[in-house]
Amino acid sequence: MGIHRGHRARPFEWLAEKTIFLVSLSTILVVFLIFLFVAREALPVFLGRMSSALIQPAIPVAEIDRHPAKELCKYLGLTPEQFAKMDRETLKELLQVKIEAQEEIPSEFRSDPDALANTTLWHYLLRPHQWTGYTKPSFIWQPVGQIKKYNLIPLFVGSLKTTLVGLLFSVPLAIGAAIYVSQLARPRVREIVKPAIEMLAGIPSVVVGFFALLVMASVLQSLLRYETRLNAFVAGLALGFAVIPLVFSIAEDALTSVPRSYTQAALALGASRWQTAWQIVLPAALPGVFAATMLGFGRAIGETMIVLMVCSASVLSWSVFDSARSITTTIAAEMAEAVSGDAHYRILFMLGALLFAATFFSNLIADLVIHRLKRRLEGKA
Amino acid sequence: MKASLDELSRPSRHFRTVRFDFVSFFFTGLTGLATFLILAILAVILANILFNGLPGLSWRFVSTIPKKDFFDPATTGVLPMIIGTTFRVLVMTLFVIPVGVTTAVYLTEYAPASALVTRIIRAAVNNLAGVPSIVFGLFGLGFFINFLGRNLDALLHNPGPVWGQPALIWASLTLAVMTLPVVIVATEESLKAIPPGLREASLALGATKLETILKIVLPQALPGILTGGILAVSRAAGEVAPILFTGVAYYMASLPHRLNDQFMDLGYHVFVLSTQSPDIEKTRSILFATVVVLLLLTFTLNFVAVLIRSRVRKKLRSLA
Amino acid sequence: MAQIVLPKVTIPASSSVTSTAPGNELIGIHNLSLFYGNARALKDISLSIRERLVTAFIGPSGCGKSTLLRCLNRMNDLIDGVRIEGGVHIGGHNINDPDVDVIELRKRVGMVFQKSNPFPKSIYDNVAYGLRLQGMKARSDLDAAVEVSLSAAALWDEVKDRLHGSALGLSGGQQQRLCIARAIAVKPEIILMDEPASALDPIATSRIEDLILELKKNFTIVIVTHNMQQAARVSDHTAFFYMGELVEFGATSKIFTSPGQKRTEDYVTGRFG
Repeated sequence: MGIHRGHRARPFEWLAEKTIFLVSLSTILVVFLIFLFVAREALPVFLGRMSSALIQPAIPVAEIDRHPAKELCKYLGLTPEQFAKMDRETLKELLQVKIEAQEEIPSEFRSDPDALANTTLWHYLLRPHQWTGYTKPSFIWQPVGQIKKYNLIPLFVGSLKTTLVGLLFSVPLAIGAAIYVSQLARPRVREIVKPAIEMLAGIPSVVVGFFALLVMASVLQSLLRYETRLNAFVAGLALGFAVIPLVFSIAEDALTSVPRSYTQAALALGASRWQTAWQIVLPAALPGVFAATMLGFGRAIGETMIVLMVCSASVLSWSVFDSARSITTTIAAEMAEAVSGDAHYRILFMLGALLFAATFFSNLIADLVIHRLKRRLEGKA
Repeated sequence: MKASLDELSRPSRHFRTVRFDFVSFFFTGLTGLATFLILAILAVILANILFNGLPGLSWRFVSTIPKKDFFDPATTGVLPMIIGTTFRVLVMTLFVIPVGVTTAVYLTEYAPASALVTRIIRAAVNNLAGVPSIVFGLFGLGFFINFLGRNLDALLHNPGPVWGQPALIWASLTLAVMTLPVVIVATEESLKAIPPGLREASLALGATKLETILKIVLPQALPGILTGGILAVSRAAGEVAPILFTGVAYYMASLPHRLNDQFMDLGYHVFVLSTQSPDIEKTRSILFATVVVLLLLTFTLNFVAVLIRSRVRKKLRSLA
Repeated sequence: MAQIVLPKVTIPASSSVTSTAPGNELIGIHNLSLFYGNARALKDISLSIRERLVTAFIGPSGCGKSTLLRCLNRMNDLIDGVRIEGGVHIGGHNINDPDVDVIELRKRVGMVFQKSNPFPKSIYDNVAYGLRLQGMKARSDLDAAVEVSLSAAALWDEVKDRLHGSALGLSGGQQQRLCIARAIAVKPEIILMDEPASALDPIATSRIEDLILELKKNFTIVIVTHNMQQAARVSDHTAFFYMGELVEFGATSKIFTSPGQKRTEDYVTGRFG
């Protein structure tokens, strides 16, 4: 029998298999690249190597030889390749430009201690600071103007405020609906609700934001009579619209994956449908419901267009009826103005990296919880 | 022992016919109300948008290339936005479908279930699905434009930035990365639904694994792959955040015709019209009409995907 | 102990081992053991399968008969964590040798499965699938091969008018015969059948059994069955397995009329299983 050919007889098959494997590794590569390239742009801020001080010690043109090449390179903000290409005269000119730039700083800042501050240090990013002209230490995000203020706390609060409103609104609704559809309602209801929820998920977030901005904001203001028309409350509700489909599907999935034998046993003992759902099914599916909430959190805190369209003021306030500026909004609104490579640009990337980390961990936790729940319900644990 | 059993069984001899369980009634009503509220939200959004938007919709509106001032309801149109959005999602599918389908094939047909690398790939897919869209935008800017594009320019000795700037190709690639999990999950679902007996039959006839996949498995999974592709397209068509820094333009006088052109976009146009309009009341009609166009585009695609999926599921059920 | 009750089965004269001389050894299984992880599913099995005869594997569920069958065309390769010790020789070659091309092996050792599994293609394309894999392209060659295979599987007359209709439109028995036609189209030497009639009604079953008796003129057939009467009707040799061990192997007439082992006797008379 001519069966002795061996696997080497099919090089094409072998090659295709390896190619398929390599292509599938691209998902890992992509996650890695996302983290690498977002973090890379933010790295100088993380390491405290950025300087945003308005007034910097200038190097006089005459002293060009007193400083090592590396220091000059950093001072002029050049890459080593660019630096290597420049001749001595160009370097001198650049030093002169630098000095002239410093001379153009308006005189009122010359005596301002804040003008010497490197506002990209962690201290300025996270702690309150009493800026010149302010009566008390405060958290301020103000990336434009002579002295750039990069305090992140107002953005964190903005994200948290809108996200919390969104979750408080959407999670009970979505989970209530999930219980109803999966446990209490007739099967016909499910056939109507599921496509409707898919439709809600299919509405682009820019459309939800538009609806909140043009319709909801005015209606809610006339109903609740608060002062600021565009506030975190409106943004949060609109965020909720985007979160509902996600939380509903995951929770409904977890609830229906509870074996029918559980419910039948409870019903046979004389429990009502609600008692069965509340006492038997919900506790069994609780990890899944928790995971749905975690994923909803990740979705809400990462949502951009809705918050961007509804509110944008970066003043720190805990009131949900004030405006708010979230992390995502800040990145979306300011990246276009930020100069590639400067402090503002890098801090925006750092915000992106933080966002990535936050959603990474909330998704990871949700994932682990769902995985364990599935195993437990299938009796494998 | 016998006596106590008799006692236990005594209360159940009579059925209580009427017993109003208030708690059950209340909570069933409450959860039902939640369901109703969600449906109402959907209905109100859609009704409001259609009611306000349909009157402004006309053939002229969808077939006109607007002048620089696109806030004028009488002369404006959305043709470049429709074309820009269509192009960016079409180019996206060229990347995401091959990679997504191949990955799904690896995961269902080749990957050893318990191997570490399989688990890492699955974790990566799940993780990718949860990354905020704005972070994809940053990634597109940092990787595709600042890294790939600029290095490409340096390599080709371009005098100015040709590739190292926002462009259709970079926006499409960014969206491809974002929608990768959608395609993978949908394809995997359809691959898993194919009875293992078909693969065995093919292998037992002396087909190689690759032949089995190409001739038996993939043709069967085609509708599922299509569904995944359409869902990815409909998701991507409505996304604005990932393209903000990677390719979208506020205004372009001409339609995009090269991969490194910038483009106008329906979703971004909705954003521009609703936040930067000089007179929101005057532009109200075109704003709503633009939203209707965007919704029609995404919903039609979603609807087609759902239709294909339900037909495939029925067919598979009849096979099993 | 109760007296031994002989099973009421009739052995077809043609399959009596004594009346036709047994063929040459085609498959030799030598000290074969198979492990799923650490669990041993087959224990030290040795038996010899002869050319152009029907060999039946019988035994209670989980005894390893199907697992052994799948060793003969290495379908167990597809399962993670399976390890094999000992050898299976087909025509003198050890098929577990590392340089054996399993694809070539499977072209020579065809298989029919318990659940009929026609491809969701036309009847014609089902039969032609294996031939096309082997590079047959000419329409006339394919047409001829399809007709011959379908005729050999006693299906031609029923389907000749709808060759390009879907295979899924056939009845269960027809689907199974189509699968047999598909298997014999590539001209294997050996056909493995894994409970080929277990999902069929009695009439369809008897047609499959007739077909097996017809096919053994040209093919060596190994059949796994849990149907005692079927084994008795169609096979020349029978191997009885229990808990992964080969309990007894011999001429079918002997296994069913005067088994050498108590366990075999209990099983074939229906005391357990």
